[in-house]
Amino acid sequence: MIEFRGVTKQFPDGTTAVDDLDLVADAGRITVFVGPSGCGKTTSLRMVNRMIEPTWGTILVNGADIMDHDPAELRRGIGYVIQQAGLFPHRTILDNVATVPLLLGWNKKQARERAAELMELVGLAPEMAGRYPAQLSGGQQQRVGVARALAADPPVLLMDEPFSAVDPVVRESLQDELLRLQSELGKTIVFVTHDIDEAIKLGDKVAVFRTGGVLAQYDEPGVLLSRPADDFVDNFVGRDRGYRGLGFLSSDGLPIGELATVSVGDAGPSEGWALVVDGERRPLGWLDGGTQANGAVTAGDLVPGGSLYDTDSGSLRSALDAALSSPSGQGVAIDGEGRVVGSVSADEVLRALADARRTGAAA
Amino acid sequence: MNAVIAWLTDPAHWSGGAGVPVRLLEHLWYTALTVAIAVVIAIPAGALVGHTGRGGFLVVSLANSLRALPTLGLLVLLVSFIGIGLGAPLIALVVLAVPPILAGTYAGVQAVDRSVVDAARGMGMSEREILLQVELPNALPLIIGGVRSATLQVISTATIAAYVGLGGLGRFIIDGLAVRDYPQMAAGSLLVALLAVAADLALAWSQRLLVSPGLRSVSASRRPTPAPRPAAERPAAA
Amino acid sequence: MNWGWIPRNIDLVASLTWEHMVLALVPVLLGLAISIPLGWLAGRTRIARAVLVPVTGLLYTVPSLALIVVLPIVLGTRILDPLNLIVALTIYTVALLVRSVADALAAVPAVTIAAATAMGYRPFRRFVSVELPLAVPVVVAGLRVAAVSNTSMVTVGALVGLGGLGRLFTDGFQRDIPAEIVTGIVLVLALALLVDGLLLAIGRWITPWTRVGAGARVRAGAAA
Repeated sequence: MIEFRGVTKQFPDGTTAVDDLDLVADAGRITVFVGPSGCGKTTSLRMVNRMIEPTWGTILVNGADIMDHDPAELRRGIGYVIQQAGLFPHRTILDNVATVPLLLGWNKKQARERAAELMELVGLAPEMAGRYPAQLSGGQQQRVGVARALAADPPVLLMDEPFSAVDPVVRESLQDELLRLQSELGKTIVFVTHDIDEAIKLGDKVAVFRTGGVLAQYDEPGVLLSRPADDFVDNFVGRDRGYRGLGFLSSDGLPIGELATVSVGDAGPSEGWALVVDGERRPLGWLDGGTQANGAVTAGDLVPGGSLYDTDSGSLRSALDAALSSPSGQGVAIDGEGRVVGSVSADEVLRALADARRTGAAA
Repeated sequence: MNAVIAWLTDPAHWSGGAGVPVRLLEHLWYTALTVAIAVVIAIPAGALVGHTGRGGFLVVSLANSLRALPTLGLLVLLVSFIGIGLGAPLIALVVLAVPPILAGTYAGVQAVDRSVVDAARGMGMSEREILLQVELPNALPLIIGGVRSATLQVISTATIAAYVGLGGLGRFIIDGLAVRDYPQMAAGSLLVALLAVAADLALAWSQRLLVSPGLRSVSASRRPTPAPRPAAERPAAA
Repeated sequence: MNWGWIPRNIDLVASLTWEHMVLALVPVLLGLAISIPLGWLAGRTRIARAVLVPVTGLLYTVPSLALIVVLPIVLGTRILDPLNLIVALTIYTVALLVRSVADALAAVPAVTIAAATAMGYRPFRRFVSVELPLAVPVVVAGLRVAAVSNTSMVTVGALVGLGGLGRLFTDGFQRDIPAEIVTGIVLVLALALLVDGLLLAIGRWITPWTRVGAGARVRAGAAA
């Protein structure tokens, strides 16, 4: 747990970067600091490991005042990931990852074994171990940065815009990877970003800062989207917040309708849409009965489908998206194994949303 | 040219206290001694300036203005104040060798990507560890570059210092000039040139040996652009 | 120190200063004239670069006194001929500048060259009116280094009876007149400073576009 108590940072030139911040980042959760430039989010993060010293106030990490530690000692117990990764260009990937264990006095063999484990954990191939940072892509460098921060198994991880320098596709996979790692490791993570979508995707709780270092709202992402505290947060969260908010509403109880299915080789329907499935009832694509020549269904007749709605873990947003992106207007619902269980319609999703509003669930 | 070859192949010139081997060793000794002294002074000073970022302007101006300083003038002036002997030339040589190493070390440390230093500090390295384990190893190519120019400067100036009584290969040139023995002068010059080239190659080779392969810029363009250097504590661009 | 030496020898000092300027600057001009085609060649073909850069680098490592003494063998001149000094300093200038010119030309943006080609420039005209002007700032920087080090290196020639103001060093040393030596050092430094400033000014004057850009950036920086 990280606790900010009345923390203020004023720089020598008189600007107030962080203004009287009170906030608790829960243990084992991801807390995201988000806001426009100059809102104090990075300053707040960097005060936790004393890269910047607070002017007033107290910061506690797992109950202990950070000012009671020597800065270097404190930092060795806190993982730190930054935007440009900051890998040491003169050291191999393996030795980069082994940095903190070596600082803590582990012997070289232990440190390198640990580093190899971490490389595997973050999805880096073992043959990368002997390479140098300049030989890696930006996304790979960021993975090394995360592995390096985790090497000494610190309970707390500080991440300062770690994915903002990589392209959107790689960023998305790094975000997914972080969520997977977090589900295994359960670290207390503080994550800074200027990207509200990233904040909502990653954060168990999100702190929105406004210019001048004032905390505007600190809530779970679903609440942030459905009930922004003021116009600033409303604006910052963005225009599609209603739609994105559906991502935080459970789809339990959403009715699953009938769905016509055929297999390749069967005779297709003479009119209307049918879903083509394989022997395991996994979806292959749609078939438009009106356009298909008489006879058996072939692979050439398939129309690509939209997104799939997973009934085990999906939200109202994924159900709605499945319905809207399907060529037939019927969203394909699947179970955890990927087998088709039926269809969902946009009307049903909206009805479920209205129910959720009425009962006050989450939103 | 034939006379020069004849001089060089005459066994009499390769033995005794004024023979080529002794002069060569003298020259090497002056060079090694002054470069070593200069390294001991300049690397810590340059590292400190580069690490703290204070005094950089002074270091750069010093290195630049040194190019304008006539080495012969410095030598004869020091000798006319201190007197003939090893002292005056040695001081002159050290004075000339310090600025290139100082500037190289400063530039090397200063050029280390600030995000790398930030990461090192954030992982819990002390300032000393940052300097020794991160900044200096990354600055090594430029430091060795500075040592290379210093070494060439010293070999060249030590030759001239024969004029004020120093030993070394320059003696053949100065002594040859006094007795109008051109073959001896030319032979001495060839030897000095060979020495300089050999020393430079040796240092270039040591650079390959000492510098991490990670800095050989496999493809510098693929590295993320270095972040602008932040002041120690400025309003963070959060 | 015997400062009275200066007024008594003012004519000598003046003529040596003039001689010094000629000895220092003629090689700079010759070196520039040689370096532009060589640098162009080095930037154009890989082989030329692989030969020119190491060879000029090697020449640069040869100590000045050694070069001045060895040159008569190559040139067939007498040891006291000023030509030896001029050729030696030209060699150093070329050694420094070939790289500057090659790097400067390589730094001209490919889009600029492509745009010039698309507008119908033939290669030679394009080189003279587009690439070379854009390379000026980097070339001038190299030229300044060469001019300043030449100015101080001329004095080495005094050991073989040449060397402009360097003769104040040898003369002052033999006759033990420290004031003469100090005069020489001060004048060499002053000349170097003058030449450096002059080249800087010329470089700025012929590249007005660089000042506009830099000024705009400074203003933007101040506003931010």
